[in-house]
This record gives sequence, C-alpha cells and structure tokens, in this order.
Amino acid sequence: MSPKTLYDKIWDAHLVHEAEDGTSLLYIDRHLVHEVTSPQAFEGLRMAGRKVRKPENTIAVPDHNVPTTPDRVNGIKNEESRIQVEALDKNAKEFGINYYPVNDVRQGIVHIVGPEQGWTLPGMTVVCGDSHTATHGAFGALAHGIGTSEVEHVLATQTLIQSKSKNMKVEITGQLRPGVTAKDITLSVIGETGTAGGTGYVIEYCGEAIRSLSMEGRMTVCNMAIEGGARAGLIAPDETTFEYIKGRPHAPKGAQWEAAMAWWKTLYSDDDAHWDKVITIKGEDIAPVVTWGTSPEDVLPITDAVPNPSDFDGGKVDAAKRALEYMGLEAGQKLSDIEIDTVFIGSCTNGRIEDLRAAAEILKGKKIKEGLRAMIVPGSGLVRAQAEDEGLADIFKDAGFEWRLAGCSMCLAMNPDQLSPGERCAATSNRNFEGRQGRGGRTHLMSPQMAAAAAITGKLTDVREMM
Amino acid sequence: MEKFEKITGVAAPMPLINVDTDMIIPKQFLKTIKRSGLGKNLFDEMRFDDDGNEIPDFVLNKSQYRDAEILVAGDNFGCGSSREHAPWAIKDFGIRCVIAPSFADIFYNNCFKNGILPIALPQEQVDMLMKDAEKGSNARMIVDLEAQTVTTSDGEIVSFEIDAFKKHCLLEGLDDIALTLEKGPAIDSFEQQADAARPWV
Repeated sequence: MSPKTLYDKIWDAHLVHEAEDGTSLLYIDRHLVHEVTSPQAFEGLRMAGRKVRKPENTIAVPDHNVPTTPDRVNGIKNEESRIQVEALDKNAKEFGINYYPVNDVRQGIVHIVGPEQGWTLPGMTVVCGDSHTATHGAFGALAHGIGTSEVEHVLATQTLIQSKSKNMKVEITGQLRPGVTAKDITLSVIGETGTAGGTGYVIEYCGEAIRSLSMEGRMTVCNMAIEGGARAGLIAPDETTFEYIKGRPHAPKGAQWEAAMAWWKTLYSDDDAHWDKVITIKGEDIAPVVTWGTSPEDVLPITDAVPNPSDFDGGKVDAAKRALEYMGLEAGQKLSDIEIDTVFIGSCTNGRIEDLRAAAEILKGKKIKEGLRAMIVPGSGLVRAQAEDEGLADIFKDAGFEWRLAGCSMCLAMNPDQLSPGERCAATSNRNFEGRQGRGGRTHLMSPQMAAAAAITGKLTDVREMM
Repeated sequence: MEKFEKITGVAAPMPLINVDTDMIIPKQFLKTIKRSGLGKNLFDEMRFDDDGNEIPDFVLNKSQYRDAEILVAGDNFGCGSSREHAPWAIKDFGIRCVIAPSFADIFYNNCFKNGILPIALPQEQVDMLMKDAEKGSNARMIVDLEAQTVTTSDGEIVSFEIDAFKKHCLLEGLDDIALTLEKGPAIDSFEQQADAARPWV
C-alpha cells in the first residue's frame, strides 16, 4: 500500500463516491449547527419536504448572537437575535437533533462544546457552518467550515461534495520558550505563510513543540488554520488526545472504546508520505506576538515596531497603508508603546479552561489599569463553572474584569459586546479585520497571557517581563 | 439555482487584497433568517458612513459602477468567515462574477451554490482586467463560462480554468442536494459498512 498522510487516511475512510474528474462525495460523521448560518438551511429542508438524515449525529447550540451578561436568563432583548435563537430552538425540536439551549450549563461556543461533550473524536469528519470548525482538527478529525447551502446539503444527505485538497506539513521543532504559547505558534505560522498561504491545502501540524501542547493548545493552533487559508488543520491523535476524550459524555465506552483506540492508533502520517508543501519553524525562534494591522498575517514579536508600508511588495503596500490608517498607528512606533482601551479574553480560539488559567496566573493579585474595559467570556458554561471552582473567577473579578456567561461575544460582536469607533482592544480572538469587533474598532490579536499583561499596564506588553 | 452562461457587463475595479467577508457583509446583517435582501448592505462599512450616507469614493457608489455585474479584486478575495451571506449580498446587488488572483476556499465554494462565477487568474491578467475595468461604464467585459473566457472591452481574450463539475452545475443551474440524493443507495451502503467498521461514531 502506498504511504499516506493522516488527511489521506481520513479522506479514504469517508469516501462514498468518486467521479472520474475527482469530484467526491464525502461522508460526514458530525454536523455542528449554530443559530446564524442554519435558519435558511432548515427552511430549505422544510420547503423541499426533507428530513435530517442523521439527527443523532447533528448537534446544535446557540453561541454567536447570545448576550453574555447575566440578565440573559430573562430572554434576549435584541429582537433579531432573539428570533434567530428561537428559530434554532424550534428547528432543533422539529428535526430531532441534539441541542444545548441557551440556559443549559453545557451551552457555549460550538467549537468548545463539541470536544467538551466528546462529540469530536479522532478520524472523524466534522463540519459546521462556521469557519473555525478547523478547531476540531486538534483531535485528528478532518474538520472544516461550510456555507449555509452546504449545511442544508449535509442535513439532507449526511455527505458533502468535495474535491481533495493538497497536503501541507507544518513542523514546529524543539520546545517553546517561556511566555510563548499555542497562540503564538499559530499566529507565527500565518505570519510566515500569509493568509492565502494555505489555500488549497489541509495542514498537518507536527513536531515536538506541537506534541508537547495540551489539547486546549492544539485546538488553539488548529482553530486558526483557516486564517492561514487552509481548508483544515490536523494534529495526529496521541495519548494526550485519548486522555482528554476518555470519560466524556459522548465518547465511546467499554468494548467500543477499545475498538476505537485500535483504529485511532493508526491515524498518523506514514513516514514516507508525500507532502506538497513543508514548512519548518524552530519552536525556540517563536516569540510572544501581537498583530499590528487588519489581517492575521500582520503579526510581529511584541519587541518589534510597527512596519513601514514601503517594506512590503505588491498589493500589500496599499493594504499596509490602509491598515495603519485604520488602526491609527505610525510606522516605526514600538508595539509595546501602543495604548489600549479594552481587553477581551475568550472566543473559540482562547476560551478554554487552560486559557483562563494562563490569564489568571498573570492577573493574580493585580488590578487592571484604571479606566480600562476588560471582560472574560468563558467558552462554555462548563468552562465557566470550572473556573469558578478553581478560584479563577475571583482572581478576574478582583482584578477588575467583567465575568461573563458563555458565547462568541466580542470576537465577532454580533451580540451587544462591541467596540466603539477608534476603541483599541487587546483580544484573544482570531480576526483583526476592519470592523470585526465593532465598526471602527481596532483589534490586536494575542495570547491570553499577553492580553492579561496588557490589561495590567494598559498597553501592549511583553508578558515575559511579568513572569 | 440561477444558471450562469454568459454575461456582458460593467466591471468594477477593487484593487484591494484580502477583501474579507466582514467587509463584504458586516455581522450586523447576519441576523436575518432569509437569503434575500442583503444587496443594500453589500460592503456596508466601506459604502456608507456612520449616518448611512454614501461614501462617494467607494467604487460601487460611483455612477459608472452602480450597475456593475463583475467585480475585479485583489488576492485572497472572500477570506474570513463561512457566511454565505457574503455571496448572497453580492448576488443580490447584481454582481454575478468576481475575478481575482485567488479566493478563500469556503467563499469560492459558496459562490457556486448561488449562481456566481468566481474566476481565479494570474496576477498579470487580473492587473490587465483591472485596467480595463477602470475605464468605467463604457467598457463592458464579456464573461463566457461555456468557452471559459473573459473578453475585455478592447476584445482581448483571457482564458480561465474551472473545475468541470462546478462548471456543469453552474451552466445548468443544478441543485446539489437533488444530485446527491440520486446517490442514495451508495450513501446507504457506505453507512452500513461504516457502522460495522466504526460503531462508536
């Protein structure tokens, strides 16, 4: 048998049909659904008189729109948001799919809930009408975002029409230095490849630095594969993966666990597998980074300065000029001199328990800079409960952070958590696009540790100075 | 789905790289539960100021490009979220074809589900088409999917590549779901075999 990559193996195990031109029908094991990209798909099913083919493998949770303030238990005030969430309530019931409603303690960001509940398992195909579905690749599952038409297609047929991507290997060798995190890895990779560098590829992240990451860290890395343009990111499952999964509500048990493990242990790229592109980065060369512009590729070590647009080539010259103007920055300005107004810790990138622990470590016994707005939005109700049990919530509240309920919140600002024009935010989310966190809002992406450090000083800060 | 065969229309130049889905349709317009009516909010934050007035410099606000049916843009068009609201807004505005050096994967796929033709061409050819688009409303481009060509206002012809299956579906306006349901027996037998091999799924 010819050697295969992990992506090849998962692909082959899910191939229902392949046409002569390579157009393939791929079977989907898990379909995650949220309120924003699904109403039109359910409506389409209804119009055509179709059912959900595998409701037991379809999981829905409202996350994008939901307020994160405690008063949400009394209902969602914004009418349009409320209608979308109510539509999901209704569709979940009508079509008989698994559902975690807004006031269920298990509710949270769909990409945090899926793994937390044991829905996401190695070797699966996982899709969701959300680009950050890439997150689930951390388990060695082929996971990617789809549009609403494809959501409808998967609901109706449990398959997706696909053409195969190319294989890219991103190897992070050695170990990370203190203060450097999974977020710095994933941002640094995008800095290296550019936001279109992964287009047409599925990335497999490997190397010692990746192996040393927890599942939370691996999810952070894979989450942003889409920001590098890749269809999906993957990390081969290992003992860390199996340990994380074992005992979760929907993980296999008993003899099924043994059978699953036997297959999961075959899920790795063969030594002589073919890679269409290989990128190698030394773990010890990665620094704590921040973004300065309006694309996730606009990333630099915190010790650097804002670049000059003339340092770039082609379309990037104008893009950098536009970015500096939008961000209100001058070329040559030290990144660590940039003052911020707001700190947002949360999102499917960095809203898991380990992220909160890392932020709490920096914030313990400290206060946030006076006048700063700072919020922590746990990725799920269970993450929130655990953080409260571990005493992290008290650390955040004592420091001056708002302690919110779970949701996507200010990552995409569909709910009331938004930036005002010109407001500058240190954010642990995944996109620094113009207007992403609110019209005119200015986003600097970074790790939870770095965001916590920025909260204390009121400016972008090298967290290593606080360790 | 609406067929795409051949269009002759004005092309709007948008020489910007990394045009993301938050630019194409900002999140406040994703609260709809319909597919229609998003054209008025296409590029909302670039097109209108805080008070809802048109920003005159923005390309689609210029008189010669208000009825554009083709958009010529920079690298990595449509990057960011999976929101199909982006192609819905583009189509609802009246744009049927986007030409760029490269597209983000999910956006690219979403276009084909909505009768929009995304054309990826080498940078030099996009540059040439961008110049042609800059001539305004007197310069009409022809996009012919069957022939896989773009013809400039000067009659210069550029050929493009496209996946044969996607081309077929777009030319015929085919519904993916109906096509896949024809493969029902193959899905059934796959499921049986997968249930036996991986019962824990």
